[in-house]
Amino acid sequence: MRQAPQPDGTGVFDTAIRDLVLMQENSKSFFSKLGIDTRLLGMIGALVVVWIVFDVITGGRFLTPRNLFNLSVQTASVAVMATGMVFVIVTRHIDLSVGSMLGFIGMTVAALQVQVLPEVFGLGHWSIWIIAAFSAIAMGAMLGAFQGWIIGYLAVPAFIVTLGGFLVYRGAMWWVTKGQTQAPLDTTFRLMGGGAEGTLGETLSWIFGIVAAVAAVVLMLLSRRRKAGHGFAVKPVWAEGILISLAAGLILCFVWVMNSYPIAKGAMKRIARSEGIELTEGMVWYHGVAIPVVILLTVTVVMTIVAQRTRFGRYIYATGGNPEAAELSGINTRLLTVKIFALMGALTGIASIIASARLNAVDVGLGTLDELRVIAAAVIGGTALSGGFGTIYGAVIGALIMQSLQSGMASVGVDAPLQSIVVGIVLVFAVWVDIVYRRRTGQ
Amino acid sequence: MDKQTPLVEMKNMRISFGGVHAVDDVSVDLYPGEVVGLLGHNGAGKSTLIKMLSGAYQGTGDIYVNGEKVEIHNPRDARKYNIETIYQTLALADNLDAAANLFLGRELMTPAGTLDDDAMEAETRKIMGRLNPNFQKFSAPVSALSGGQRQSVAIARAVYFNARILIMDEPTAALGPHETQMVAELIQQLKAEGIGIFLIDHDVHAVMELCDRASVMKNGKLVGTVNIPDVTDDDLLGMIILGKTPGEAA
Repeated sequence: MRQAPQPDGTGVFDTAIRDLVLMQENSKSFFSKLGIDTRLLGMIGALVVVWIVFDVITGGRFLTPRNLFNLSVQTASVAVMATGMVFVIVTRHIDLSVGSMLGFIGMTVAALQVQVLPEVFGLGHWSIWIIAAFSAIAMGAMLGAFQGWIIGYLAVPAFIVTLGGFLVYRGAMWWVTKGQTQAPLDTTFRLMGGGAEGTLGETLSWIFGIVAAVAAVVLMLLSRRRKAGHGFAVKPVWAEGILISLAAGLILCFVWVMNSYPIAKGAMKRIARSEGIELTEGMVWYHGVAIPVVILLTVTVVMTIVAQRTRFGRYIYATGGNPEAAELSGINTRLLTVKIFALMGALTGIASIIASARLNAVDVGLGTLDELRVIAAAVIGGTALSGGFGTIYGAVIGALIMQSLQSGMASVGVDAPLQSIVVGIVLVFAVWVDIVYRRRTGQ
Repeated sequence: MDKQTPLVEMKNMRISFGGVHAVDDVSVDLYPGEVVGLLGHNGAGKSTLIKMLSGAYQGTGDIYVNGEKVEIHNPRDARKYNIETIYQTLALADNLDAAANLFLGRELMTPAGTLDDDAMEAETRKIMGRLNPNFQKFSAPVSALSGGQRQSVAIARAVYFNARILIMDEPTAALGPHETQMVAELIQQLKAEGIGIFLIDHDVHAVMELCDRASVMKNGKLVGTVNIPDVTDDDLLGMIILGKTPGEAA
């Protein structure tokens, strides 16, 4: 039964709803003209909400340069792996072994630089960190390729193969040193984990930021010109202008924040001594962008190019969308599986460098539960377990959201068991929201 | 029928799955500018036979293209001999747009070795303008398209790369009358260009209308091949249902 329009409050209420709907539609068309997808907006919105809530609860201690710097360093390892997990999940596989693999690689490479390489070259030799880093990446790629071969060519489900890997690597990690913790690591190697020394420093950070901002602007303009050259519709000039200023602004803003975090007095003395600089009263140095974050940003850019601009990436998404169609189009989906897992392994190697360098030690617990953090980051970032959909930037933002939640709760004083409970609930909730979103937009 | 060298000859093709002879000693051929219908019930083996030509299945038997014996082990081999297939399922990656599907496995690249999406979209716009001028959704994933639009993407993919031999597996099964008419016109046009077409269908009337010859299969075996002008609907139905050629039907 429809009610007749009434002259009292109901009418006002109706108008309010209509206005709200209109406003929503207007804002929708505003964002659609900008060409930013709503999912990305949603994730950034969630991140901003998490940050503001914790900032209010902690009385302004969350959104400080110091905390944001730490957050960026803590996110790096999981985020690097999450970019690879996107490809794995997009092709309808899963990798449960990355946490254990990170531990196994970390322990092996730590033993290499603590016990083996100093014997060969002498302690602190310049080549040690290069050999160690290269070994980590190569070892990851080989372990991953082997798993991918079993999955692709022997047709054992990825869930089982990587569950096996999960157990095997954790056990193998123990055998490498009979459970002994390896420390301290090579001093140059340690820079890749961040810390007071492991940053670009102020000047280099600014150069890095300006180069990145200019590159972003140039790429966006080139893409616009190319599209216009083909006679395709391009965004309105004002929309393009907003996007370009946003991109450049965000990059420079990030560098500015990182450059506002002063290095502690003790660390300054240490650095000054090692570099032979005279410390004077009132001298202040700032951190700048951490090296693991530079690694993460590089990985993100490269993986985005791979996803969007290469045959390999195109085949990954095609196989995820319809494996049979991919096969019929002449794509060798078995070999593709090997490559995807090899790439996942190589990224795990990079993540293990960051994680072990940050702690300056490797014990048998390194990487525990990381596989779940990585999968959660990819899934919160919009990667669909049913395959075919997922973005690299989404996974990185997903990792940042997860880490923000955990660091935030830790700084508020929430104890560890409750942290797990909250993160678990958030994960399920985020995926539910994503499913509803997909159903609405008909993807 | 010895007018010239056949485009394709498949001789003594066999394949079995778990002891069931899906295709049992079947030989068919196809000449330039000819449409050969493949008829039979569901499970008669017509799709399976044709998948051995398109490289999706590997059976035994000899395949000749332009009189030369060829080996087709996978879809890439088939494409090498200009054999293109429009699958019944369309074989589209639903999450990708029309251009990505059209060029899947044969992407256009920039000199720098990256995907040239703009060029692929431009080419897609050209061919779709010819095949289906109403088609506008170039940046949407194909899951957002109607049945007819999806079909036209699948057809465009087969036609774009200069097919010499075209396999159409029930191309009109999901289409409305208007789109079915469009496919019929397209077949006439491709025929005129000298392309040979295998048309798999179980609609006898469509075959009577579009084909020059028809090969009928039943239970994995070839019942016979007839010239369409020589037979009636009922003859074909008899072959499909009873497995008898018109001559021996009493």
